[in-house]
Amino acid sequence: MEIFGVPTQALFGQLLIGLINGSFYALLSLGLAVIFGLLNIINFTHGAQYMLGAFCAYLLLEKLGLGYWWALVIAPVLVGALGIIIERTMLKQLYKLDHLYGLLLTFGLALVIQGVFRNQYGSSGQPYAIPPALAGGHNLGFMFLPTYRAWVIVASVVICFGTWFLIERTKLGSYLRAATENPELVQAFGINVPRMITLTYGFGVALAALAGVMAGPIYQVSPQMGADLIIVVFAVVVIGGMGSIMGSILTGFGLGVLEGLTKVFYPEASNTVIFIVMALVLLVKPAGLFGTQK
Amino acid sequence: MTQSKTHERVAFGVMVAFFVLAPLVVYPVFLMKVMCFALFACAFNLLIGYGGLLSFGHAMFLGTAGYAAAHSAKVWGFSPEVAIVFGTACACALGGIAGVLAIRRQGIYFAMITLALAQMIFFYYLQAPFTGGEDGIQAVPRGRLLGLLDLSNIWAMYAVVLVVFLAGFLFIYRAIHSPFGQVLKSIRENEPRAVSLGYDTTRYKLLAFILSATLAGLAGATKAIVFQLASLTDVHWSMSGEVVLMTLLGGLGTIFGPVVGALVVVSLENYLAQLGAWVTVVQGGIFVLCVLTFRRGIVGELGRLIRRPL
Repeated sequence: MEIFGVPTQALFGQLLIGLINGSFYALLSLGLAVIFGLLNIINFTHGAQYMLGAFCAYLLLEKLGLGYWWALVIAPVLVGALGIIIERTMLKQLYKLDHLYGLLLTFGLALVIQGVFRNQYGSSGQPYAIPPALAGGHNLGFMFLPTYRAWVIVASVVICFGTWFLIERTKLGSYLRAATENPELVQAFGINVPRMITLTYGFGVALAALAGVMAGPIYQVSPQMGADLIIVVFAVVVIGGMGSIMGSILTGFGLGVLEGLTKVFYPEASNTVIFIVMALVLLVKPAGLFGTQK
Repeated sequence: MTQSKTHERVAFGVMVAFFVLAPLVVYPVFLMKVMCFALFACAFNLLIGYGGLLSFGHAMFLGTAGYAAAHSAKVWGFSPEVAIVFGTACACALGGIAGVLAIRRQGIYFAMITLALAQMIFFYYLQAPFTGGEDGIQAVPRGRLLGLLDLSNIWAMYAVVLVVFLAGFLFIYRAIHSPFGQVLKSIRENEPRAVSLGYDTTRYKLLAFILSATLAGLAGATKAIVFQLASLTDVHWSMSGEVVLMTLLGGLGTIFGPVVGALVVVSLENYLAQLGAWVTVVQGGIFVLCVLTFRRGIVGELGRLIRRPL
């Protein structure tokens, strides 16, 4: 069976890869958006923290024999705690300065973290086996669906919407949104804004680490796995605009699928299509698809 | 005003004397690398230090000019001066396109957009047949300048690089101190006010972006002729990060800072080369230190000591 001269197997296969990539774009751009909302800092370390999540899972398995499900809990907590230390000791000093300093600091931190891991593990990737419970797959008739990939897509959709619910529909989320609008006023109501900022950064970083753990079995665990990805995620963020949580999620998944389709119909452009979309969006709607220009 | 010019003249004299005399004791190829990167960093500083626009994609101009100069010199047989002019013109054109897109947003969005555009250019060069992929364009002939001066002679090459560097430096100095430079600074300080005074800030920012891209291109094209090589290293995002580091370390918004920063960073790379990936760790550490404790940079701190801007 063929659609537009392309075998359906290939088409759906690439669509699946697109959805997988989109899951990671959505998770990472969501974390960036949450952090940016409260801290006004673009977290350049996000890619390195995603990598740390994957390495955490790898090391837990190699050194302690703790498997995937443990890693799914422990890695985000550890990397999130590291994030909290970074926020308390370094980022905190920068809030009164130009936002660009936050970008430069987190870029430097990313270089340090990635450099240390490259010294230790070289540039090549370490394999991470798919957990037994999620091995295998199903034949859907029109394509073969590996269970682990289905899990990643479902899990990230659940996490994304859970985060959306937390921020848009709960009391805690309403404090968060209020502090994004006017921190001084929220502080005056007796809410501890600095602690909220710290926890928000920790939460955003933990999301990146969680994405890293899920990415381990699909891509290999390597020191550079986050470096190029984060640039694509930046483009996703520019396209979506960071104003809306739902916007980040939809843009992430949408662009992943678009990238997958490009791989089918015009493979040469598959690396660049997201950047081209970014250029077009900037021409038509500079604030981004879901953003509002301040 | 006259007083403030004297110490700049002295500093300029010291810099020229350093680059004229240093090759007597230091490996000239190393110094040529320093001068190329110094010009690159000065061009970058024009945008961030005076326009307040942080570009995280300046490697695209350095690399594009390098590829254009190398390709035109090697395949089309252009003489070196024409190849350099051609490379610079290509960077200028790319600067126009990237600038129109990037200046539509400010602050960190501007940084992310320039980074993403540069990554797109990187992927294009990775796949384009004329760039030679991972190998790059190697064995680019240095040729004869104006058909007369044989540039395979290292001293002739050195003199050309020195002249290109100083010309670029003085051009940037002139631009900063022109009415154009003053308007640029006013945009950096308070863009809405500059708009209310009747300045079309978009045009000023675009012009600054194109100037910066063109001069970065001049550095890249010259570098390609000197090292007879154009490769993916020069378009990679880590190169964009390196020029940020040079400028930050030397002193954002100072005239001589980028030159000092380039000298320090290139020396570091040279002496730490055998340490492999630790170079990245050291560079990252310097970034963190600069941002947390040393935001004025080396020259900025010096200027504060003598209470005059350098």
